[in-house]
Amino acid sequence: MNKALYITFLFLFLLFLQVFLLNNILFLGYINPYLYVAFVIFYPLKKERYLFLFLSFLLGLSIDFFSDSGGINAFSLLFIAYLRLFLIRVIFKKTEQDYLLFNLDQEPFGKVFNYVISLILIHHFILFSLANFSTQNFLSVIVNTLYSSIFTSVLFFLGTYIIRKKK
Amino acid sequence: MQQLIYFFRKYKYFLFFLLLEFIAIFFTINNNNFHKSKFISSANEITGGLYEKTTQISNYFNLKSQNEELILENKNLKNLLEKYTSKEDSTLRVSVIDTINYQQKYTYTEAKIYSNNFNNPNNFILLNKGKNHGINIEMAVVNSKGIIGITEDVSANYVRVQSILNSNSKINAKLKNSSHFGTLIWDGKDYNIVQLEDIPRQAAIKVGDTIITGGKSTIFPEGILIGTIQKINTESSNNSLDIKLFNDMSNIDNVYIVTALDKEEIRTLNNAINE
Repeated sequence: MNKALYITFLFLFLLFLQVFLLNNILFLGYINPYLYVAFVIFYPLKKERYLFLFLSFLLGLSIDFFSDSGGINAFSLLFIAYLRLFLIRVIFKKTEQDYLLFNLDQEPFGKVFNYVISLILIHHFILFSLANFSTQNFLSVIVNTLYSSIFTSVLFFLGTYIIRKKK
Repeated sequence: MQQLIYFFRKYKYFLFFLLLEFIAIFFTINNNNFHKSKFISSANEITGGLYEKTTQISNYFNLKSQNEELILENKNLKNLLEKYTSKEDSTLRVSVIDTINYQQKYTYTEAKIYSNNFNNPNNFILLNKGKNHGINIEMAVVNSKGIIGITEDVSANYVRVQSILNSNSKINAKLKNSSHFGTLIWDGKDYNIVQLEDIPRQAAIKVGDTIITGGKSTIFPEGILIGTIQKINTESSNNSLDIKLFNDMSNIDNVYIVTALDKEEIRTLNNAINE
C-alpha cells in the first residue's frame, strides 16, 4: 500500500514538475531539462514488469498531452523503461535474486553515475530525433541531446543529493 | 502449439513493450500530419483546465510588457480612427454612403494564450476560446505585431493553434511594395526567423523589405504584418528568403482569432468550379 502511494505521488509530482515548471525554463532559449526520466530510475525493481512499463508509457503520454508532442515522450520513456533491466544487469552485475534488495544509494557513485547518464542520454537522443521527425537538422538533434542531458543530469544529482541529506 | 505458447511466455514483456511503442509511434506520426493531429492534443478539458489555473498565476509576471504592447496597439488604432473622423469635417465629405460597399469581411475575437511552445520542430499554442465562443478550425490567429498561426483542433472551451513555427505551416505571403507572392514556411532552427519561398525571380527584393500576408487564402486577411527580409539566400534553388518576424514568438500573450465571414461562400464557389 505504502509503495503504491509512493509511486502515485512520484508519477504526479514528476508530471506536474515537468509540464508546469521545467518545460518553461528554456535556458539560453532552447535547453530544457527532462527530469521525468527519474521515474524510471526511482521505480522499485521487480520481476513483474507490466505495471512498470505501462506506467512509464502513461507518464510519457500525459506529458505529450500537455506539450502537444504526439507520442514522442511516451516512446522514449517506455524505451528506457524496457532497457533499464538490461543496464542494471550490465553495470551493477545484478541477478534476479538481488532485485528486491537493490538500492541505488548503496551502490558506488561511479556505477550509479554511468547508469543514470546512459539512461538520460538514450532517452534524450530518442526524444529529440522523434521531435525532429526528419533527417534534416541532425546536428541540432545532437547538440540538443548533449546540452539537455547535461542539464537533466545536473538537476537529477543535485536533487537526489538534497533529498538524501534530509534523511 | 507448445512452441508458440513458450515463445509468448518468454517474450511477453518484449511483446507488451512493442505494442505500446507502436501506439506511441502511431500518435507521433499522426501529430506530424496536419489534418489528423487530433489524438494527443492539449485542447481538452483536463489539460486546458490545468493550464488555465497556472496561467492565472503566471499572468502577473509579464503584466507590464503586455500592458505596454496593448497601449501601443491602442495608440495606433486611435490614430487610425482620427483619420476617419477628421474626414467628416472636410469639404470632401462623401454625401452618399452606400452600405453595400462597406461589407464587413472579418470579425475578431480576443483570446489569451494558455500554453505556448516555440523550441520544438512542431510547435502549438493553446488558447482560451473554443466552440462555445464560435471558434472553428482553420481560422487565423494574429496579434498587433503580426501573424501567430492557424487554429487546428477545437474543443468546447479551448482551441489548439498550429503556430507559424511548425514544419507543416504553409502560409501565403507577399511583399508589401509589390504583388509578388510566395509561401511562408519554417525550417525549425531559429524561432525569430522564418523562410519565404518561391518568390518569382523578377521581383525586386532587398534586405529590409516588409513581408505581409497575401490574402490569397480564405484564412488570413490581406496585409497582416509578418516581418522584414533579413537575408537573401541566392544559392538556393527555390529562391528562399530569411524573414525576421516582428513578433517575438517567445513572448506573446494576448491574441485575436480572425473569423472570415465569407469563407463559406468562397468555398462553395471553388467547389462549384471543381465539379
